[in-house]
Amino acid sequence: MAKSAKKVTLSKVKAKKPAAKKAVSKKAVSKKAPPALTYDAATVKRLTAEVARWRKSTLSRSLEKMPTRRAQFVNDSGIPLPDVFTQADRKGERLEDLGLPGEFPFTRGTQPTMYRSRLWTMRQFAGFGGPADTNKRFKYLIAQGMTGLSTAFDMPALMGYDADHPMSRGEVGKEGVAISTLKDFEILFEGIKLDEVTTSMTINASAIIALCMYIAVAEQQGVPMSRLGGTIQNDMLKEFIAQKEWIVGPRPAVRIVTDMIEFCAKHMPKWNPVSISGYHIREAGATAVQELAFTIADGIGYVEEGVKRGMNVDDFAPRLSFFWDVHNDFFEEVAKFRAARRMWAKIMRDRFGARDPRSLMLRTHAQTAGVSLTAQQPYNNVARVALQAFAATLGGTQSLHTNSLDETYALPSEDAVTIALRTQQIIAHESGADRVVDPLAGSYYVEHLTDEMEARAFDYLRRIDEMGGIIRAVEEGFPQKEIGESAYRYQREVEEGDRLIVGVNAFKSATDRSNIELLKIDEQVAREQVERLQAVKASRDQGQVSAALAKVEAACRDERVNLMPPVLEAVKAYATLGEVSDVFRKVWGQYREGGIF
Amino acid sequence: MADRKLRILVAKPGLDGHDRGAKIIARALRDAGMEVIYTGLHQTPEMIVSAAVQEDVDAIGLSIMSGAHMTLFPAVIELLGGQKADDIKVFGGGIIPDDDIPRLKAQGVSEIFTPGSSTQDIVKWIQEHIPARA
Repeated sequence: MAKSAKKVTLSKVKAKKPAAKKAVSKKAVSKKAPPALTYDAATVKRLTAEVARWRKSTLSRSLEKMPTRRAQFVNDSGIPLPDVFTQADRKGERLEDLGLPGEFPFTRGTQPTMYRSRLWTMRQFAGFGGPADTNKRFKYLIAQGMTGLSTAFDMPALMGYDADHPMSRGEVGKEGVAISTLKDFEILFEGIKLDEVTTSMTINASAIIALCMYIAVAEQQGVPMSRLGGTIQNDMLKEFIAQKEWIVGPRPAVRIVTDMIEFCAKHMPKWNPVSISGYHIREAGATAVQELAFTIADGIGYVEEGVKRGMNVDDFAPRLSFFWDVHNDFFEEVAKFRAARRMWAKIMRDRFGARDPRSLMLRTHAQTAGVSLTAQQPYNNVARVALQAFAATLGGTQSLHTNSLDETYALPSEDAVTIALRTQQIIAHESGADRVVDPLAGSYYVEHLTDEMEARAFDYLRRIDEMGGIIRAVEEGFPQKEIGESAYRYQREVEEGDRLIVGVNAFKSATDRSNIELLKIDEQVAREQVERLQAVKASRDQGQVSAALAKVEAACRDERVNLMPPVLEAVKAYATLGEVSDVFRKVWGQYREGGIF
Repeated sequence: MADRKLRILVAKPGLDGHDRGAKIIARALRDAGMEVIYTGLHQTPEMIVSAAVQEDVDAIGLSIMSGAHMTLFPAVIELLGGQKADDIKVFGGGIIPDDDIPRLKAQGVSEIFTPGSSTQDIVKWIQEHIPARA
């Protein structure tokens, strides 16, 4: 990692002014106006001398008495960190790389006013049991001041199986809400006006079915799809990289995603058809740099597919949104958000020729790191979540989910999820995070990390391009292997005590496992789901269902036909999620990953 | 006991794709000198038991994050019995509430490791409790 990043920095410097042939390069540079620098040469020179003096005197005297606790400090991505940064370390910093809020390259935020005009959306992910259970939780969260809905689906729904499928044994309603037919969606959003909320749906392989069900429910409420606002995760590339919930293989899966991007560009101007997600990549063990790199690579992949299809990049890129994880290394996380915005702006402008500022702007949701929560001393998780959430807001997120303290045990209880939401409200209204835009800009350290993460992520992007693009890289298992290495390294660091986790390998206490109240999902949920599914199947027009499914199959077999209209027709006829997924499996085959570790 | 290397099947039943833990365990057991077979994701109890019998393993380690542990562990144990392979020990880990652990053990699960267990704890437990089958 460190080695390759060094290479980047060097090659970047070389590209600007080759070390040899000094005279020639000077001439070449003098033709163009040199980029304006943040710190002038005199300041840098003065600081360089000052730091040298400080090292010889104050620092060395101090080190004699108090040596540092480690020979070398590194951050969570393995970026080596010096003891102190000054202007001298920022001598190449270009004004144009920072810009100003709401302007290219958006390092300092997507909006000129950020939270001074509008706070981030507090969007707590919820979904469990049957659709009526989740509907009740939605209404509770709205009453507590939550400003956007976010739906978690159960494993059968995510993998394209109905509640009565043998693969669904024991899984119905466990990790999210159980959904098999449009009937379930009607119950899920009962009493919630879909033109008054924005809804996020965390579903991928079967996303096309969920989006069509949402459109159908809205239609029943008299809300046309053009007025629906929200996001569907629909990022299949990261499924193959990290989250591992799929139906068919990468190429047909990406074709479905692209169909949805195309359909939404035409018919759903307020809908984000894909949320390009680093979250799961990070949770699977990636470092922040890897999260940044692989996620941006996935974004490039979708844009390439859209362009290949003949779409104008500015017709769909403005609705691409992102989703980051926020882990414990506070400064690195802030830097990651900033680096991501700058990278995306450059890539969209320079690689894809996007012109619409909204195409260049990386808008993002964020969630605190589930993987950072500990089962031991679970109340400590409130502190972790608060720090992570604070980093996300200082990084300039548009929307945020804060995890609940009990999530290493089970889905969050109502009390735990309320504390998580309150944490966001405290940050928003008490910490001062809302008052100044991009408050950590100009911190020598944060700006250094922002540059360093960008350089290291661009190095990964170059390697992925050399492999033939992200789809190829995923098929070869490249990101998967890189993430596996990082995950194993992290675990070793924890077990060897090189990395301390409070309550896990340090500061243990006898009363590790507090008696926190846990949410349990009754098997009754599965029985009710299956009964409702059977009732729907008994009452629907079977001929209409078969005809609609035949149209879905025909569209699967013809790349020129967009899959959205036939899937919409099928769900409206109460074809089940499993039946539509079976068509995908029939045409393209069930995807399986080998047991590589 | 050390006539042959211990053979362990690390299996990921159910539909969830959280394989970080399973893969870390698989690597740690291999690094500790065991022969490890990892099933990959989304395995049914039938697929797991069939792999365990075919590969002639000494134990099966199940990794479950989806909340389906009360269904999946007993299913694997019952199928092993049906195959006259109940000398293959079953252990596991994942998001498993404390209250469920005694119930799983009563149904024949040898040990459950919850979040925060170190790979060394697991290696040590296997070395102490799983004899290599003849």
